[in-house]
Amino acid sequence: MYVEMKHINKNFEDYEAAKDINFGIEKGKLVALLGPSGSGKTTILRMIAGLETQDSGDLVIEGKVVNDIPAGKRGIGFVFQNYALFRYMTVQQNIAFGLEVLKRPKQEIAARVEELIRLVGLEGMEKRYPDQLSGGQRQRVAFARALAPNPQLLLLDEPFAAIDAKVRKELRAWLKQMIAKVGITSIFVTHDQDEAVEVADEIIIINEGRIEQMGTPIEIYKRPRTSFVSQFIGTSVVLDHFGGFGGFEGLKEGCQVIIRPEFVECFKSDNQKFKSLMPFSEEGEITGIAFRGSYLELTLLVNGVYLTANRSLERRPVAVGEHMRVLLYRVYLLEEGDAHLYKNKLLAGVDVEGL
Amino acid sequence: MDTKQQNARRRGFIPGLLLTSGILFFFIMLVFPLGEVIYRSLKDGFAVYASAVTAKNTLSALKVTLIAMVSAVLVNTFFGLCASWLLTKFEFRGKQVLSALIDIPFSISPVIAGLAYIMTFGRMGWAAPFIDWLNELLGTDISFVFSVPGVVLATVFVTFPFVSRELIPVMQAQGSSEEEAAVMMGAKGFTVFRRVTFPHIRWALLYGVILCAARAFGEFGAVYAVSKARGKTFTLPLEIDALYMAGSAESITHAFAVSSLLVLLSIVILIVKQIVEYRGKREA
Amino acid sequence: MTGKKQQGKRVLPGFGLTMGITVAMLSLLVLIPLASILAYSFRLSFDEFWELISRPNVRQAFLTSTGCAFLAALINCVFGLNLAWILVRYDFPGRRLMDAMIELPFALPTSVAGITLSRMYSDQGVLGQLLQKIGVKASYSKVGIVIAMVFIGIPFVVRALQPVLEKLPKSLEEASEMLGASRIYTFRRVILPELMPALLTGFGLALARGIGEYGSVIYISGNSEKAGTQVVSYVIMQKLNSGSVDYEGAAAIALVLLVVSFLLLFLVSVVQIAAGRRTKG
Repeated sequence: MYVEMKHINKNFEDYEAAKDINFGIEKGKLVALLGPSGSGKTTILRMIAGLETQDSGDLVIEGKVVNDIPAGKRGIGFVFQNYALFRYMTVQQNIAFGLEVLKRPKQEIAARVEELIRLVGLEGMEKRYPDQLSGGQRQRVAFARALAPNPQLLLLDEPFAAIDAKVRKELRAWLKQMIAKVGITSIFVTHDQDEAVEVADEIIIINEGRIEQMGTPIEIYKRPRTSFVSQFIGTSVVLDHFGGFGGFEGLKEGCQVIIRPEFVECFKSDNQKFKSLMPFSEEGEITGIAFRGSYLELTLLVNGVYLTANRSLERRPVAVGEHMRVLLYRVYLLEEGDAHLYKNKLLAGVDVEGL
Repeated sequence: MDTKQQNARRRGFIPGLLLTSGILFFFIMLVFPLGEVIYRSLKDGFAVYASAVTAKNTLSALKVTLIAMVSAVLVNTFFGLCASWLLTKFEFRGKQVLSALIDIPFSISPVIAGLAYIMTFGRMGWAAPFIDWLNELLGTDISFVFSVPGVVLATVFVTFPFVSRELIPVMQAQGSSEEEAAVMMGAKGFTVFRRVTFPHIRWALLYGVILCAARAFGEFGAVYAVSKARGKTFTLPLEIDALYMAGSAESITHAFAVSSLLVLLSIVILIVKQIVEYRGKREA
Repeated sequence: MTGKKQQGKRVLPGFGLTMGITVAMLSLLVLIPLASILAYSFRLSFDEFWELISRPNVRQAFLTSTGCAFLAALINCVFGLNLAWILVRYDFPGRRLMDAMIELPFALPTSVAGITLSRMYSDQGVLGQLLQKIGVKASYSKVGIVIAMVFIGIPFVVRALQPVLEKLPKSLEEASEMLGASRIYTFRRVILPELMPALLTGFGLALARGIGEYGSVIYISGNSEKAGTQVVSYVIMQKLNSGSVDYEGAAAIALVLLVVSFLLLFLVSVVQIAAGRRTKG
């Protein structure tokens, strides 16, 4: 493990920001700390940086306990949420700052700055001031400035929060590619699950100062371990009193489940493709249709509960009030805060994936 | 709060040094002088203090001071409201210049203010014949220098921009959309001001009035130039000067006794100012 | 563009009325009296004017006023920054009281401040005796003038810096810290440039106030022509006193003082604008 947090605790007056945090990150990985606001994710990042001090526990980087090493000496690059660029310095001077602090020879500084400016694609902007740059350009400067002294670890606090939604997607791809190119171990904080899923190799989900789950985006999506994760990742409908669906008789009547849109299949009763599944389906009525850009989101009343299902625009049109056949593939069963996947028993042996 | 706690934890050599030097400077420059005034005023006992404070000249000076202070506050509040309405609600040519001109008294020597009035309204001033003519016409005998009206005018001059300076930034930040909405709904001029604008600016207005009053009762240079009659046109600061310059140990003690009154007044003003500032911030 | 904007703004009532009142009051109370000084000075021929303002005592007074005010404003920049810093960044008992007391020099009548400082720093005064021991004569010397000007100028600097320091994002310092900079290096390279415009404003205001100061200075200065401790305001006032009335002389010196004050304020705003431009290339 390259970066390790061992039994880290941190309290602010009456608020517990970190409760017994343990995790390890392998060298070269790009990791997201994902959680809602106030979950303690930023505090964890700031403790790794040395900008906050943990009340107890050890922080280990490259096998060394760094608890008492000041922030500036940990060899960590940090990209701040609003970039915190120095307004009175040009792009060039901003990037050179960390190298000047290290008293590197002038020529070396100039060469390194030039290299970084080329890397982040800001050629021709060297003499500009931060106020003259767009949000995306500022992010690039902040990134280059953090990388200048060759840190072994890069931390980014909400790196896309200050950018227009339009350019955000583009910058995500840019940042992922850039970090891969530099090959630096990186941790970034975000509250946006799409961002985490799209950019990170691994996601650590934080809630109320605790780690809920850690894993690759696919693992977390497919096998959420806690009720919090199952609701936080992906869109989902929570049913507090589940019952009456064929194939789920094994579940206790009135238990709590979570159903994602992709767990629900709906088709017209004359559908030939799903003919074989017809006997396992339930009767449902469309109560709402929302156009989501590339698909339709249907709200269906089935067995007295409302479910959501997505429908491709390529399929036959549907209307509100129309009766459909609804098939439930699986649900997440919630028990004492944990989530378990429960599959429709009727479909055992049926090749659902092939459809 | 967070920042402060963090700093408290990081407290080391430099913060200690800064706190020590800052507090030391504060005590030597600002707290000691207050103690000095109180000490010197009570040095010869309370009877001396009481006689100094109730002397005829002191009471006359107190009266003139209050007249000048109240006049300055009234005139400059009226002006401040007009000027800030004009400068924040309308766009017109020369606005920047007008705004700069209003601030002139803030940055020039008060002695120049006194001099300017003497040169305008004094015996040799170019407006003197006009004032004589006016007095003859009305059968009055008003003089604008070496008189109470002169003292009032000089005080108004030095405190001229105080109210408008406080109002303009607040009204600027407020914008005009609320007033425009009120006008669209048919409200008339003064109603718009009273019902829409005033609630937003009342703390800033009060703050400006306090600053204006503070400067008005303490003004020395400008008033000194246009006031020469002790016991008639002297204000408290001038009376203090006269007592102090008399030079005897007794009169110097008297000077400090009268000063202690003004110290008290300025402390009251600072406290009121702090309260107004705090409430204004809380409401905003 | 502007025409349209004007029409939009003029929806509100009171333009003519407030314009009339503002211009009338400004002219009557400020501009016309000040113009009188100008008019008075112009009665003099240039040679007469030059003779009046180039007398040794007048030249010395200008040197004393500007020199002492400059020094005092510099001292105020150092301690003003110090005070603003601890008021914004640190929590200590009595902080709010200190915050309120910073403006004492605005609220305290200048003559009260003047006689008090004069006594405190005289050779019988508490601080005067202390300074005497290290060989500094405070009252009735230029040192005393500087002390009085520091007293009246300090709130300008503190009040100019406080709001800027409060708004300065913490992340700037953290960014510098993460890049390995020491606290002092961070202050010099990152914080000070951010504070510079406000510091200049405070400096300019303190300087302007110091140059024209009368009440708080005249008691501690001793007003000796020989020792060069007369300030410009004192020289003007002297010419207004009965017995030695010299309106021409007063007007000429006042005119120069006005020009000096305006020039300094103008210079400060030029430097300020230049500093503001620095962020925009």
